[in-house]
Amino acid sequence: MTKPTPAAPTGQDAAVATLAPRLADICGQDAVITDPMELRTYECDGLTAHRCSPGIVVLPQTAAQIAAIVKECAQARIPFVARGSGTGLSGGALPRADGVLIVTARMRQIIEIDAKSRRAVVEPGVTNLAVSKAAQPYGLFYAPDPSSQQICSVGGNVAENSGGAHCLKHGFTVHHVTGLEVVTPDGELTWLGDGTGNCPGYDLLGAFTGSEGTLGIVTKIVVKLTPIPQAVTTLLAAFNSTGEGGAAVSAIIGSGILPAAIEMMDALSIEAAEASVACGYPADAAAVLIVELDGPQADVEAETAAVRQIAKDTGAFEIREAADADDRAAIWRGRKAAFAAVGRISPAYIVQDGVVPRTALHEVLDRISALSAAAGLRVANVFHAGDGNLHPLVLFDDSSPEQTAAAEELSGAILDECITHGGSITGEHGVGVDKSKYMSRMFGADDLDTMQLLRCAFDPAGLCNPGKIFPTPRLCGEVPGVRREAEAHPLVASGQIEHF
Amino acid sequence: MLAADSIPAQLTDACDEVRRAEPADAVAGVQPQFVAAPASTAQASAVLKAAAELGLAVIPRGSGSRLDWGRPPERADLIVETTRLTRVIEHEAGDLVASVETGITLEQLASVLAGAGQRLALDPPANGASGTGTVGGVLATGVAGPLRLRYGSGRDLLIGITIVRADGTIARSGGKVVKNVAGYDLGKLFAGSRGTLGLITEATVRLHPLPQSTAYVSTQCDSPQTCERLLAAAVAPAVAPVAAELSWPLASAPIALGIALEGDPAGVTQRATQLSEVLAKEAGQCDGNPRTVVSVTDSPPPWWRSGPAAQPDGTVLQLAFWPGELVRVLTELRSAAERASLDPAVGGSAAAGVLHAALPAASPADAARIADFITSLRGSLDWQAGSGASPPRASVLIQHAPAAVTELADPFGPVPALHLMRAIKQQFDPAGMMSPGRFAGSL
Repeated sequence: MTKPTPAAPTGQDAAVATLAPRLADICGQDAVITDPMELRTYECDGLTAHRCSPGIVVLPQTAAQIAAIVKECAQARIPFVARGSGTGLSGGALPRADGVLIVTARMRQIIEIDAKSRRAVVEPGVTNLAVSKAAQPYGLFYAPDPSSQQICSVGGNVAENSGGAHCLKHGFTVHHVTGLEVVTPDGELTWLGDGTGNCPGYDLLGAFTGSEGTLGIVTKIVVKLTPIPQAVTTLLAAFNSTGEGGAAVSAIIGSGILPAAIEMMDALSIEAAEASVACGYPADAAAVLIVELDGPQADVEAETAAVRQIAKDTGAFEIREAADADDRAAIWRGRKAAFAAVGRISPAYIVQDGVVPRTALHEVLDRISALSAAAGLRVANVFHAGDGNLHPLVLFDDSSPEQTAAAEELSGAILDECITHGGSITGEHGVGVDKSKYMSRMFGADDLDTMQLLRCAFDPAGLCNPGKIFPTPRLCGEVPGVRREAEAHPLVASGQIEHF
Repeated sequence: MLAADSIPAQLTDACDEVRRAEPADAVAGVQPQFVAAPASTAQASAVLKAAAELGLAVIPRGSGSRLDWGRPPERADLIVETTRLTRVIEHEAGDLVASVETGITLEQLASVLAGAGQRLALDPPANGASGTGTVGGVLATGVAGPLRLRYGSGRDLLIGITIVRADGTIARSGGKVVKNVAGYDLGKLFAGSRGTLGLITEATVRLHPLPQSTAYVSTQCDSPQTCERLLAAAVAPAVAPVAAELSWPLASAPIALGIALEGDPAGVTQRATQLSEVLAKEAGQCDGNPRTVVSVTDSPPPWWRSGPAAQPDGTVLQLAFWPGELVRVLTELRSAAERASLDPAVGGSAAAGVLHAALPAASPADAARIADFITSLRGSLDWQAGSGASPPRASVLIQHAPAAVTELADPFGPVPALHLMRAIKQQFDPAGMMSPGRFAGSL
């Protein structure tokens, strides 16, 4: 977590600097940033533990400009990284000192809403929530809703295959994207998919979505729009233990009901949220569940009654139901404020994104408690309980190197628990630079090698967001098994930051 | 050189069930030499490794129900069939997830899952007497049925996959949790790849509860325009159907519509009643026929999921389009058919933007007419809309047709980003051993 000082330009940094006039020709002088102070604005995304000032930042306005920029990079063999709003939580948009950072923030046009087809065509810099707002007059919305939806970009959502609280029922970005215009790493503009969702040929659209910016840069996105549900109910249920809360989750799913969202918070995260936004959750609750049901009126009413009964049967001592939209917002306020709130009760925290099978929730939460006690560090649990996606927040004091190291170790141990129980190291935040070191705990060498065949097909030169996802890059065109050393982050290599 | 009827030792060493191929094993008219039926992913890996060493072109086969799809293979030496890979590896009901070997049929899997009140929400049309096929075959061909409106197709329900590459390398991606973004999703790439990138041996799928109650609301109408209005009413959020299908068997016949509702019994009954009133009113207004009959039933209409009944030497097309273009697609389809003096049976998931058009067995002399129809239909649907150089918002895929037709009309038609597909094929199967020549761009 040490703040880096700007690195002295190296030979490669100097190489990227020579691109500036070319990029200004393509996009205009005001779209190219080379001033070291301004460049530092872009040194990290939402994960601030990894920082690196980019060689150059460029802010194109059109797909053709992105294609031309990438072509320049490809010819000069200079790496490039795409960035949307910079809200990612795995360092997926971490720039390179020797590379170009291509920021899509100026590409914010909603090109088309085709209400009859339930499709929208948008530019990559459009925010997630802006799509839903534009679709709202037609009774439609864009279903994936990451917590950062007010500011995160749809292009970034495609790169990360973003989820959100409501993906339990409504699915992830990949289920809602039907066409992409992309610039491939050689600078060519091409379409993946045709917007129908059933384009002939390999499903490049599906393979590209969630590839974390390593296969190309998205320049247009066709998304599916979903009819706004007729009815929504939001329940808040308070329990005396996370075990009871977990039992309620299992019973709800076991009854055949598929809520839009099931979220859980434990005592520590409730305490933090209360201190921060006075969300007024039941006092003394060791766990609260937020259950949201949506669909046709009659079905939602029946399901609400069933969920209330299940919560009661599994030990809920208080159940509230939102009477209107304001009430609903009040219930969600505590949940949405949880991460920031934890920041107020601890100097620093690490948020993890592990996933476990729902049936292992109880056991894994117990293990997290034990690990937390053993490490002497507090862990607040805020998570998407319906799909087993945990966001344990490991609290620590970053002025203490010992605590920092212990927090990192505890974080890794939690991910190991997730893997041991058949889960995943990341449910929605992506691997990025942050979790690439855990990939080989989840996948074997052949698995990772095979995944990288896809990378080799799109980006044989390895210039497109290099150093992300994979612990050891594959040399394309070489025999499998021959690998070069993992690329260290430049600031790690120079000893300015610790790997985190 | 091999003796005429000997089986190479590498193959028999790799797998305990290898035989000489028979005429019935022919793939779209191409006669293979051997059939291997591995009993595990490890055996499948050994078989593919041996095949690579022997230079044998490999055709993966499940139940064989859709093996004739696509072009005839350029070469077919060895069929690797999944008929012995039928285990349910894991079914954790509380997680609504199952891991299976891919030779299990959808029917076999459904009966296991039904025991826990669950299902794989994938209901492709049956293909003749052989049922709906194996999990692997359904994934590899990318077929889906009416439930696609709510649940998507195989690629949307697949959360983990084990594949064997052309050189025998075993690789996994995804996992057994629904929410997972670790690494590239090879499942997406392999779903719909028709055996051209490798063999899918295991799959982990997301399950859904069996619905507590299901109702079908059926009616018919006289024109594509009315059909569109009725469908718009049917997909309203107060109705929230899981499927909305049409069946238009002949140009001169009325268009039948069927809407499936699932959920809470009282809710389903209420929604079905409301929908039938709305449809009767809308249909009456549009067609001027006040006696439009709308029925509500527990079981689907007889044509449901019958899909494009595949007949030997018949032709089946899949049309995919932006759902708002339904009227245009139906109109162009009928007019292109009329120009070619053809009268296809049309049906499918109208609200999801997927239809089929089926033509019965044809004499070789008819092949040119059918190919003209396909080419002309592709031309009329090749419209640019909205955003400049975007691809056409519709496609016509030949799922199945006699070779005489596919020689004249490309089964896949124009496909965006074909150069990337070629690069992927080159990476996964550099020697061109997996179902060679069958895919888009003759990959």
